[in-house]
Amino acid sequence: MYLYPIWVRLWHVLNAVLIIILIITGLSMQYTSKTDYLLVVGFARAVKWHNIAAILLTFNYVTFVAGNIFTDNGKFYKLNGKGLLPDLRKQFRYYALGMFRGEKPPFPVTLDRKFNPLQKFSYVLTMYVAFPLIIISGLGMLFPETVINRFFGISGLILTDILHITMGFLISIFMIIHIYTCTLGARPTSLFKSIISGYHESDDN
Amino acid sequence: MVFMSSALLSAPFTAFAGEMIDSQDTVAFVSPFYEDNERCFKCHGQGSFEYTNENLGRQVKALMFSERVVDRDKFYQSNHRSFSCTDCHAAGYTTFPHPGELRMEQSFNCIDCHGGDEMFAKFLFEEIEAEYMGSIHFKLEEEGFTCWKCHGPHDYKISIRDATNIKEAILYDNNICLRCHANFDRFQLLSDREEINILQSHEWLPGQESHFKSVRCIECHTQINDTVLVSHLIKPKEEAVQRCNECHSQNSMLMSTLYKFQSKEQREDGFFNGIILNQSYVIGANRNEYLNNLSLGILAVILIVIGVHIFLRMTGKHK
Repeated sequence: MYLYPIWVRLWHVLNAVLIIILIITGLSMQYTSKTDYLLVVGFARAVKWHNIAAILLTFNYVTFVAGNIFTDNGKFYKLNGKGLLPDLRKQFRYYALGMFRGEKPPFPVTLDRKFNPLQKFSYVLTMYVAFPLIIISGLGMLFPETVINRFFGISGLILTDILHITMGFLISIFMIIHIYTCTLGARPTSLFKSIISGYHESDDN
Repeated sequence: MVFMSSALLSAPFTAFAGEMIDSQDTVAFVSPFYEDNERCFKCHGQGSFEYTNENLGRQVKALMFSERVVDRDKFYQSNHRSFSCTDCHAAGYTTFPHPGELRMEQSFNCIDCHGGDEMFAKFLFEEIEAEYMGSIHFKLEEEGFTCWKCHGPHDYKISIRDATNIKEAILYDNNICLRCHANFDRFQLLSDREEINILQSHEWLPGQESHFKSVRCIECHTQINDTVLVSHLIKPKEEAVQRCNECHSQNSMLMSTLYKFQSKEQREDGFFNGIILNQSYVIGANRNEYLNNLSLGILAVILIVIGVHIFLRMTGKHK
């Protein structure tokens, strides 16, 4: 079934590339060293590419939000308030136990349900909580004169940076889990092919 | 600029000893030589002065040459505030018109008074002099460069050593450099180089404004010295620090330059180079040990869970 329209796929691939650049350059800035260049790209280069990728990511994020407002893709991100916890528990149980016992997925993918409850919950947290926070704190780092000097006796820049790297870390963790869970399709490569072609391969195939 | 009497070396330095080093800057300071000094400040304390011309038989108003104007307020806040003008300047200056031959007297440099004196031992003036002699500025000595070009005898005050607000100390120190390097009139007194534009020559520096407010010029333009608090070995511009990592790293050189003095009172709150956090924030230099360990722990747990999940998939029904 055709699940991922072209704009979602283009947004997704750009998002993925930019986030990988941001993680590498972000780590390079945080763990830069005078002598050790292993795994880091050097501070000056890291700053330049982090800024470029971050600005592109911000525009890409605006595209994502606008796309979800003006197309029906937004419906996939609406959380079901009442049944959320039981649904999350059910999906978690499937990942932890059910799938190893050969049980069917409790929330199979359909045209109206692109994401299972755990996916949806983590995507909403990432895209609508972590992303705005990392973008706003990142803009604060890019324009430090806009950040308040002291907040309850602590430098506003430190708080902004700690918020920024904490969100960066959580998004990195999300990405690791996201990539791993994408191997849980009909075949380990099915979901990767889906986000490229747009067509979802059913678990029944 | 400043001409001193050879009588200085035998001057009593009544208020010199101890007070200059230990006392705090305060506008409330009252010099024991205030009245004496007013004889000079009456004319030299502002841009114009008035005197009786006996030949003309009337009062004459004239402009004071700007290099001869000494700001009272700055003088009484400076390191030399407890001095009498005649501690350094010849007693002959107390008469007016000043005797012409006084203008030819040689001025002292810092080491003439501060060198070889136990009272100033902790400032390591001899080492400062050695550093200065190796610096790019020393090559201009024949053109007239002296300690006074940076450390105005009438207004210089210890900055970074007494700093409670490091940003203000940075501004004060950077203005010392900018007095010549951003003022071509003064600059060309010592150099034949074309006019330089500090903003353009530092265009490569990301966050230029933040850097200018947060570090001193000498952080990048001097050779680090482990003993002297403020390095005086100004390097040629080609040798200035341009590698970001020198400051933006765990072993940031700022700890042995800008924060050298304060670093003795290192904060113990889990932050690397925590003293910097009191006044500023440097990406790469300020990391939190606890957050580092926590994030590595979370990452390890996630990878272990994924590893176990992969293992169960390989051995279970779901591949």
